[in-house]
Formats: sequence, structure tokens, C-alpha cells
Amino acid sequence: MTPLPFFGYLWILKRECFHKPSHRGLMSSSYLPVLILFGVSIVNAVGMLVAAHVLNPRRPTEQKDMPYESGMIPLGDTRARFSVKFYMVAISFIIFDLEAIFLIPWAVEMRYLGWEGFIAVSIFTAILVIGLVYEWRKGGLDWDE
Amino acid sequence: MTELSPTAFWISSWAKVMFVFTVLMVAVAYMTYAERRVSAFIQDRLGPNRVGPFGLLQPIADGIKNILKEETMPATANRTFFVLAPALSIIPALVTFAVIPFAAPLGTPWGVVDMIVADIPIGILFVLALASLGVYGLFLAGWSSNNKYAFLGGVRSSAQMVSYEVALGLSLIPVLMLAGNVTLTEIVWQQQQLGFWYFLPLSLAFVLFVISAFAETNRLPFDLPEAESELITGYHTEYSGMKFSMFFIAEYAHIITASALMATLFLGGWSVPFWSGDHMFWHEGALISGFTAAGEPIAADPAWWKTLLTLLSFALKTAFFAFVFIWVRWTLPRFRYDQVMHLGWKVMLPTAIAYVIGMAAAILLLDQLGIEGFLFGAILTVLSGIATLFFVFVVDRDRVIGGGAVTTQSLRSARVPVGPAREVASVGEPPSASIER
Repeated sequence: MTPLPFFGYLWILKRECFHKPSHRGLMSSSYLPVLILFGVSIVNAVGMLVAAHVLNPRRPTEQKDMPYESGMIPLGDTRARFSVKFYMVAISFIIFDLEAIFLIPWAVEMRYLGWEGFIAVSIFTAILVIGLVYEWRKGGLDWDE
Repeated sequence: MTELSPTAFWISSWAKVMFVFTVLMVAVAYMTYAERRVSAFIQDRLGPNRVGPFGLLQPIADGIKNILKEETMPATANRTFFVLAPALSIIPALVTFAVIPFAAPLGTPWGVVDMIVADIPIGILFVLALASLGVYGLFLAGWSSNNKYAFLGGVRSSAQMVSYEVALGLSLIPVLMLAGNVTLTEIVWQQQQLGFWYFLPLSLAFVLFVISAFAETNRLPFDLPEAESELITGYHTEYSGMKFSMFFIAEYAHIITASALMATLFLGGWSVPFWSGDHMFWHEGALISGFTAAGEPIAADPAWWKTLLTLLSFALKTAFFAFVFIWVRWTLPRFRYDQVMHLGWKVMLPTAIAYVIGMAAAILLLDQLGIEGFLFGAILTVLSGIATLFFVFVVDRDRVIGGGAVTTQSLRSARVPVGPAREVASVGEPPSASIER
């Protein structure tokens, strides 16, 4: 009953952090049906691609094979440089999405951990909020200049 | 009421997968029809009404047309990723439905069959993991097309989706605090036990979740990745025929999944309102409907009509949210990109963090005072209601709820001339007639 490999880390998180015993037998909480649905979805997606490939006509011309640029002949390189702000967003995302992930085990057990857990999480969140305020003041979140 | 044997479990799993998959694909097909009919209704037109009765066969005609159309691919495109991208965007949208319970458990001669594809213990984490995978299809489509518009659409979509994923994840935290478990089955059960569906005691989390879900599905007012007025159609500019269709199937499947999640997390899932006959949950190997005052479990009484009734309830709630998605699309204008980022990082994120901490303190305080049951839910409803009103009228200031801040006040203030005209007026010259007006 091994879960899909790329969900493995979530499974470990669940095993380590969630102390409540499962109310169910092992089989009912099996990952096997997920695998079946995953397989059916892949077959469906591949089927659509293959069916279209077999059925559709192909009459390529030079103009059709050109990237669409409002009817003009494309100018310059697509892989041009773009704004560094997208990179900033990606970095901030990693920090705050990890915060959400770290809060989930606490949220589930919050009413058992009581005020001690609350204070610990408040300190953890405060540190991240200081980081957010810093980024905000430095203009890392501004897009309208 | 016992659990299933391995053979029965295997057969029922296949049956449920096929049921969910078929219903999803048919629902997606009719979402495209519903979108066109509802938009026509909103704009006082007729919409498609020629193919079959009331145009009901239109999705089938569209499907046949799309699969027979020629597919083009730019000669400079990255072929592998260009073909992979539509498949990558369609798969996560369908698989997310595996962990959503869609009806009350069904009693059969072979044991009780859960009306959920897989009641896996990670529940909501699985949903978050798959929501993150959705961005790959969009970004790879934009990148591999080797088209400037598609590339910009792909970059925008990835930045937008990761921004709102933060708010989405944080808006789920209050739900987990009240439910005490990450499986969606138990979240439904805890809502039945509390007697309050979570959209009342956690109204601000509900508002934040709905806004983030709109951004995650790239629907108006957040459809920046495919803003046709500036980016042709964004990341799928170069796609045609069936591959183009697959992006649309993925978009509508995402909408249905998001609607089903909203119904499950905040509207009691498959619960029928004001009726306790449908309360069912697995507790220590037995299906129970609740506890006596002494804490003894009461055995549940599953029946086929209860399953059908709860399935109808779930379908209605999901259809309602799906309708809201369409309704909003044809009502609100699109944001500018800086407004989207501003809203995500400067409004939604701080609000979500403050709400998580505030709700945690409120719940712990109520627990310490020994308040339970109806009063517990009622106090949380009032507190969250105040927080939501504060968010709508003070923090939000018409950014989202008012629809892009086009109010009479802002229109009037926009007419007041700025810059040189104001300087002239301050020097003491009489204002001209145009400024006066």
C-alpha cells in the first residue's frame, strides 16, 4: 500500500505529525483508487492526443508554422529577458507556502496543544511577518511603477 | 455494518472511479454549454439553441469539430513540451476529485461502500499538492510555444497562481482548526456535529478561499494569463484543435473541482440542511450517526435513498458555485496585473495571517471558558462576521467585492485635474470653465 512516490513526503508529514489513530481499517484508507483515477486520467489525456493526431488533416505551410504575432513576421527572440519581479514572487511564495504547510499540523492539533502551541506559532508567524513588512517597505511587492 | 472484503473493495473502487470520471467529463461538457447560455441570458441574447432540443447537443458537436480540426504547431516550438502541456494541465484537475466525498455511505449486502473515490488520510494536503501541479501545464504551454504572447501569459499565470496559493493554503487553516483533521470526510462530519456549516463561523476564510479559487482557476476577474486585449489568448495562443480543447476541458474541470471543494469545506459537503438523518461517520471500525450524552456511539442507518438525497444535495451546492463562477465572469471587468499582485500580497496574505491567529485565540478562549455546541458556533459566527465586514469595508475598499473600484466617488475624483492645472489654480488665477465642471 505504498503511496505514489511524489506524495511520499506528505505521507511522512502525516505519519509524523498527526497523532490521532485512524478510525478506519488499512484498506479503506488505501491509495490504490487514487492510482486508478490517475491511470484513467492519463489514458484519457493520451487518448485525446492520439485520436486527434490520427483523425485530423495536416497541410502545413510556411505561414502556418510561424509563431503568431498579430499577422506580422516575428521579430527578435522569444527567450528575451523579463522582469526580475517574477523571481521575487517565486522566492516569497516558497517562504509563505512553507509557512502554510508548517501551520497545518499545528492547526489540526491546536485545541489539544492549547496556549503553549498558540504562543509558539505566534512567534513563528511574527518572524515571517517581519520579513513580509521588510519586503513591503523595500518595494519588493510593488508592481505599479 | 462492516467494512468491505478486498474483492468488493476492488470492484467498488473501479465503479466509483468510472462514475466520478464520467460525471466529471459530462459536467465539463455541459459547463461549456451553461457558460454560453448563461452569458447569453445575462447579455439578453439567445445563445446556442440549434443543435438538438434547446441546443443541448452543442457540446457534442463542438467536440467532434475540435477533434477533426487541423492542429498547428510553430516550427520553432519545443515539440515534447508542446504536446505534454495540455495533458499536464488536464490530469491534476481530474485527479483532485479523488478525495472529495460526494454522498453519504451506501449500505450494500457486501458491506458499506463509502461514496468517495479514496478516503486517504492526507485529504486536503493531496488537494494542495495537485493544485500546485496545475501551474506546470500552463507554464510549459507558454514556454514551449516559442511565441512572445504565449510566453508572457505563461510567466504571468505562474506568478499569479503561486501568489494566490499562499492565501488559499492559509484560508484552509481555520477550517482544519475547527475540524481537527485533514480528511474531507471528517471535515463534513465535524460540520454536521457542530450544527454550523463553516461558511458561518469561518466567513472570512470562506471569502478568502473563494477569491483565491477564482485566481487559481484563472477566471475573471483574474484571467490575466489569457487577457485577450493584450496577449491574444495568452499561454494557449499557438494551440488549436483538440489540444486547445484540452485546455478548456482542464479549465472547466478546475472550476467544478473548486466548486466541489467550496461546497465540501464550507457548505457541509453532502449534508442535507436541517436534517440529522444523514449524519454518518466511521468511528473505531463502525459506522455511527452520533454520540449519546454519555459518549456512547449510536449506530448509523445507511439507506439507498439517503445516498441519493445527499448526492443531490452535493450536486446542487456544486452547481451553485459553478454558476457563481459563470455569473462573475460575465459581470466583472478584469484587473490590471499590478492590482492582482497588490491584492494577493498586500491584502489577502496579511488578512489571512491575522485571521488565522485571531481565530486560534478565539477558539482557545472559548474552549477555556467551557463554551460548547450552539453557543460556540454562534459566538464564532459573530466574531467572523465582524472580521468579514471589516475586510469588505476597510481592508478591501471595493478592490474585489465592489468589482475593480469603479464607484461614483472614484469617477468623480478622476475628473478633478491633477498636476499643472492644480498648480495654476493655487497661484490664484480664476479656474477655467472646464475645471469648474
